[in-house]
Amino acid sequence: MPQVTLTVNGKSASVEVEARTLLVELLREKLALTGTHVGCDTSQCGACVVDVDGVSVKSCTMLAVQADGAKVTTIEGLAAADGTLHPMQEMFREHHALQCGFCTPGMVMSAIDLVKSHPEGLTEAEIRHGLEGNLCRCTGYHNIVKAIAAAWPLMHGKAMPAAAE
Amino acid sequence: MYDFAYQKPSSVADAVKALGAEDAKALAGGQTFIPVLKQRLNKPSVVVDLARLGLAGIKVTGEAVVIGAMTTHGAVAASAEIRRAIPALANLASMIGDEAVRHRGTIGGSLANNDPSACYPSAALALGATITTDRRAIKADDFFQGMFTTALEPGEIITSVSFPVPAKAAYMKFKNPASRYAMVGVFVAKGPAGVRVAITGAGQGGVFRHAAFETALSANWSADALAGIATPADGLNSDIHASAEYRAHLIGVMARRAVAAAG
Repeated sequence: MPQVTLTVNGKSASVEVEARTLLVELLREKLALTGTHVGCDTSQCGACVVDVDGVSVKSCTMLAVQADGAKVTTIEGLAAADGTLHPMQEMFREHHALQCGFCTPGMVMSAIDLVKSHPEGLTEAEIRHGLEGNLCRCTGYHNIVKAIAAAWPLMHGKAMPAAAE
Repeated sequence: MYDFAYQKPSSVADAVKALGAEDAKALAGGQTFIPVLKQRLNKPSVVVDLARLGLAGIKVTGEAVVIGAMTTHGAVAASAEIRRAIPALANLASMIGDEAVRHRGTIGGSLANNDPSACYPSAALALGATITTDRRAIKADDFFQGMFTTALEPGEIITSVSFPVPAKAAYMKFKNPASRYAMVGVFVAKGPAGVRVAITGAGQGGVFRHAAFETALSANWSADALAGIATPADGLNSDIHASAEYRAHLIGVMARRAVAAAG
């Protein structure tokens, strides 16, 4: 069976998998990182989004063997060692951006990529467009959008440029 | 998903060789292929991953935008060079699937698959693109040969796609709100090859050119020039999302919006 060596949340892991194993299966079943969820298993819902080499990816639509040599960050890798939450997690909490929480890991991972990739600022419309691949069936997205807008200044260490607000 | 052997060659020649095995399949970004494998619609013996062939990259000259086959939709959407040369192409890429899908899905994979609802085939056909493979160059006019069918031979790999820079171009799609695939997508271009209008999402045979619109727009490049030109529903798709008649109507609406957007 193929051997996959990758870095997950800063730790190196080397795992033997079948070629057909999905990245999300490797994370959940081999590495016991069950924070990454499987919602639809058809690349629509985004509950399985993780960061692979700096970009958001649906881990149910990537083979584990494709991640050989990659750096992967999951929801478990965001908070500091002392438990201090990532600013995006903190803002989701602050703005009550979840109810049941099932979509939250994917939402947070997508949101962090979205904020990082828009140093020029984000409009509400851009946030909503950026979340098209993440489905939430509880909150109606409104508080999620608010949380992401609130996390932007915390992640970039400055106020959101006025034009983007 | 059925299991398979997995190979990740590091040269195009090795990849072509690996694809010579019986029931071997190429894997580009996998955003269509992996769901297909999950549904057991395909049972490859070997999956040949094209990620290590050095086929990703964007080169823009005054006359053309050349995009490596493994370039992701996200990279095309984010390219300031493409946005300057052919903004319609960057806009098209920015509306495929969603953010995470765009980080993996590739232009070469999309063209080789030739899904009748995919966006890229309309850009290739309307802009008169040339698709370069490991063995030859194929004009877009000859490349698309019907639903999920292309001129590619078994084991032939797309290496890059060259789009001539047009004077004017725009893409408008009426998207399925769930999948964001085109229920109807219209790409209009006024370029070195004249006025060309390509329709995706609508035809039973995949992407096609709209001769009546092209004639009208060649005489008068304006949305008004398309008023009153009906598109026959014959040969258009009818499914749970839209009837053939509705798609025929949408073709006119999206084409007028595209011409207006192109300016």
